[in-house]
Amino acid sequence: MSAITHEHEHDHDHDHKPTGIKRWLFTTNHKDIGTMYLVFALLMFFIGGSMAMVIRLELFQPGMQFVEPQFFNQMTTVHGLIMVFGAVMPAFTGLANWMIPMMIGAPDMALPRMNNWSFWILPFAFLILLLSLFMPGGGPDFGWTFYAPLSTTYSNDSTALFVFSVHIMGISSIMGAINVIVTIWNMRAPGMTWMKMPLFVWTWFITAFLLIMVMPVLAGAVTMVLTDKYFGTSFFDAAGGGDPVLFQHIFWFFGHPEVYIMILPAFGIVSAIIPTFARKPLFGYASMVYATASIAVLSFLVWAHHMFTTGMPVFATLFFMYCTMLIAVPTGVKVFNWVATMWRGAMTFEVPMMFALAFIVLFTIGGFSGLMLAITPADFQYHDTYFVVAHFHYVLVSGAVFSIIAAAYYWLPKWTGYMYDERLGQLHFWCSLISVNLLFFPMHFVGLAGMPRRIPDYALQFADFNAFISVGGFLFGLSQLIFVWVIVKCARGGEKATAQVWEGAEGLEWQVPSPAPYHTFDTPPEVK
Amino acid sequence: MTNARCLLWSLPTLLFAASANASTSMPLNMTRGVTEISQQVYQLHMTIFWICCVIGAVVFGIMFWSIIRHRKARGVQPAQFHESTKVEILWTAIPVVILIGMAIPATKTLIAMEDTSAADVTVLVTGSQWKWHYKYLDHEIEYFSLLATPREQIANKLAKGENYLLEVDRPLVIPTGKKVRFLMTSDDVIHSWWVPAFAVKKDANPGFINEAWTRVDEPGIYRGQCAELCGKDHGFMPVVVIAKEPADYQAWVVQEEARIAAAKAAERELLAMNMDMAELMATGERVYQGWCVACHQASGNGLPGIFPAIRGSQLVLNDRRAHIDIIVNGKPGTAMQAFGRQLSLKELAAVITYTRNAFDNNTGDAVQAADVYAVQQGKGE
Repeated sequence: MSAITHEHEHDHDHDHKPTGIKRWLFTTNHKDIGTMYLVFALLMFFIGGSMAMVIRLELFQPGMQFVEPQFFNQMTTVHGLIMVFGAVMPAFTGLANWMIPMMIGAPDMALPRMNNWSFWILPFAFLILLLSLFMPGGGPDFGWTFYAPLSTTYSNDSTALFVFSVHIMGISSIMGAINVIVTIWNMRAPGMTWMKMPLFVWTWFITAFLLIMVMPVLAGAVTMVLTDKYFGTSFFDAAGGGDPVLFQHIFWFFGHPEVYIMILPAFGIVSAIIPTFARKPLFGYASMVYATASIAVLSFLVWAHHMFTTGMPVFATLFFMYCTMLIAVPTGVKVFNWVATMWRGAMTFEVPMMFALAFIVLFTIGGFSGLMLAITPADFQYHDTYFVVAHFHYVLVSGAVFSIIAAAYYWLPKWTGYMYDERLGQLHFWCSLISVNLLFFPMHFVGLAGMPRRIPDYALQFADFNAFISVGGFLFGLSQLIFVWVIVKCARGGEKATAQVWEGAEGLEWQVPSPAPYHTFDTPPEVK
Repeated sequence: MTNARCLLWSLPTLLFAASANASTSMPLNMTRGVTEISQQVYQLHMTIFWICCVIGAVVFGIMFWSIIRHRKARGVQPAQFHESTKVEILWTAIPVVILIGMAIPATKTLIAMEDTSAADVTVLVTGSQWKWHYKYLDHEIEYFSLLATPREQIANKLAKGENYLLEVDRPLVIPTGKKVRFLMTSDDVIHSWWVPAFAVKKDANPGFINEAWTRVDEPGIYRGQCAELCGKDHGFMPVVVIAKEPADYQAWVVQEEARIAAAKAAERELLAMNMDMAELMATGERVYQGWCVACHQASGNGLPGIFPAIRGSQLVLNDRRAHIDIIVNGKPGTAMQAFGRQLSLKELAAVITYTRNAFDNNTGDAVQAADVYAVQQGKGE
C-alpha cells in the first residue's frame, strides 16, 4: 500500500536532491547509483568491444596487417579485463542496486554512502588502466590472467598501474558485495522470509559471498606480482625458491568463483523472466536455491581445471576433473527447472523473454563445451585453443551479457516509465542472436582444428574460418548500437508503462508505479 | 525491414559458399592423431560430444515443443504446478550416472598418459622467448629450433608458403614405435609444447621439469605450436616433429652427432683465425635477422619502454667489453637471454660486430671469435 502513498509524495521527492552533476556525484540513492553503474557498464562494453573489433580486424586475414603483436596482446588483455571487471560485473551490481531494495521492500541499500564510494572509484580504476595503454612500452600485455613470470620479470612498466587499477576494482566489488549482503540480511520487509525472496535476490546474495571470499585473493595475487616485479621478492620465481605455478593456483582460486560471480545473477534474472512470460510460477524454487548454493560451494573446488597442462600430480588432476564434472549436475537442474517452468505455461515472446530463451539454449551449449573441457585427457587437446575461447564466450556473452540485456528490457519500463520500442527490440534480438553465433560457433571448429588462442597470426588453413568469425564479430558489434538506440528512445518517452508492466509479472517491484519513484518503501510493505 | 532480414540471412550463405571454394581446407574435428593415446583422447572427445548432443536434443526438443505448443497466442490456460520432488530427484540422479560412466574411461586414459616410465628415448625440451631447444639425453645432440617462415611473408611482402608459421629450421626427430619421453622446462616465461597428432600438450615452467611421452606409429612430419601466451611472438614459435623409422632415426643420430662434433672442432680452429669485416657483417646480419630482430626490431630501434634500442646505444658505443658480455651472458631479470649458449663463437662474433657497425653505430670495430671466447671464459679482453 506504500506504493499509493508514494504516488502522492512523488513531487516532493525531487525537492531534496541536488540537480545537475552534483546529483550524480553526491547521490546516495540506490536508483541513481544503479543507473550510473549500468551506464558505466554499457560504456565499458563498447570500449572493450572496440578492442575486440581490433582483434578481429587483425585476425581477418593471415599475416600482420593492422597492429603489432605487442599491441595485439595489449588488446586481448585489456579487452578481457574491461569486459570482466568493467562491463559484466558493474552491470550486475547496477541491477542489484536498482532491483534488490525494490524486490525485498527496502527503502534503499543498507550502506548508501559506501554505495556512492564503491561506484565512484570505478571510473578512476578504468581510467588508469586505459591510460596505461599510452605509456611508452604500452599497457598490460600478459593476458587478463597475467601469468607470472610474464607479468613480473618480463612485463613492461605499466604493470604497477595495472596492479593499482585491479586493486581499486577489487575494493569497489567488495564494498558492493558487503552492501548487498547487509541489505538483504537486515532490510527485508516483514514477511519476506528467506525462502520467499525472489531468485535474483538469492543469487546475488550468494554471489556477494563469493565476491567477499575471492576478491581479496585477487588482491593478494596482484600484490605478489607487484612485489616480485619491483621489490625483489620471489613468490613466483624458482630462482628465489618460488614457483610460477603457484601464481596460477592463486589466480584461479579467485578466477573460478569469479566465473560464477558472472553467471549466478544471470540465473536469477532468467528465473524472474521465464515465469513472467510463461504466466506460471517458477518450477522448483527451493531446488533452484539449493542448486545455486551448491554451485557456489563447488566453485571453490574446481580451480585447477584451468591448469591441467601445468603438470599436476595425477591424483590432484583426477580430483579436479571429478569435481568439475559434478558442477554439471546443479547447473543441469537449473536448466531443467526453467524448461519445466515453460512447460504448459501460456507463453508470449516479448524481447526480455527472447533474450532469456536464447540465454537458456546458448548458455547450455557453453555448459556442454564446459563439460567436454572437464574431461582431462580431451582437455589436453582443447586447452588454450579457440575451443576454450568459444566456450567461455558462449557462457559470458550469450550467457551473462544476454541475461543483462534481457534484464534491461525487462526492467526498462520500470526504470523509465515508458515501454521500449518492441519492434526495435526484436530487431536487436535477432541481429544479436544470429551474429553472436556467427561469431562464436565457428571458433569451436577452429579450436578443434588446432588454432591456439592469443595469437595475432595463424596458419593458412584457419584463414577462411577467421574471416567468417571476424564478419560475425563486426555484425555483433554493430547490432549493439541498436540496443543503445532502444535505450535512448525509451528514456526519452513512448507509450506509458503501467505499474505491473508485464501481464504475468509478480513481486514487490511491480507494485510501485512506473517509473519507480525516487524513494520507494519508506514504510515497509507487508508480504504475505 | 524484411529486406534487411533477407540480407542478414543471405550473408552466412554467401560466406559459406566462398569458403567452400578456398584452396586450403581445415579439418572440422579434433585430429585422431597417430598414437594409441591420441586415438583414445579422440574417442573420449567423441563420446562426451555425443552425450552432450543427445542431452541437448532432448532438453531443447522439449523446450521448443513447449514454445510451439504452450503459447498464449494459441489460447492455452497456464497450468499452475511448480514442484515435483520425484522429477527433481530423477533429473539429479540421471546426470550423475552419465557422468560416472564418462569418468571411468577418462580416468583410465589419463593414468596411461601420465605414465612416463620405461622410455626408450628421452628429450629435454626447453622453451625460451620464442624458440624451442631440444637436447637428446642419450646422445651428444642438442640444438635450437626456430621459426623458418621469412619475416617478409608475415609482413605480407611475399606470398605465404604452404606451412606458413608451422615450419622450423631444425625439427625434432624421434623414432617410430619407441616410447619417447619429453622433459619440459623453460628458460624464461611459461611456454607449452603441443603436438595435436600426439595429444601431447605440457607446460614448460621455468625452474621446474614436467614430463610427457608419446609412441608414434606412423613416420611423418607433425606440426604444432606453443600453446601458452609467452609474450610478443607467442604466435611465432611452432613445433615440428619428424618421426622416422628406427633405422633412419639411427642414421640421423650418427649424422647429427658428426655435424655437431665438426662444428665444435671448427670453433676451436676459429679461435686462431681472424675473419674479415665483410664476412662478419654478412653473417652478423643473418644472425640478427634470426635471433635479435623480434625484440630489437629490423630498425635497431627496439620498442620504447620494453626493448632497448641498439642504434646509438651508450653500451654499444662506449663499452666494448660490456657489449660482448651482455650478448654472451644476457641480463638477468630481463628478456635479454644468454646467447653464449645458443650461438656459435662465429655467430656471436659476427652479430656483435654487426650491431657495433650497423644502425649508424659505425664503431669500425671487428670482434673476433677469440674476443668472445675470452669473455665466455671470464677473462678480460
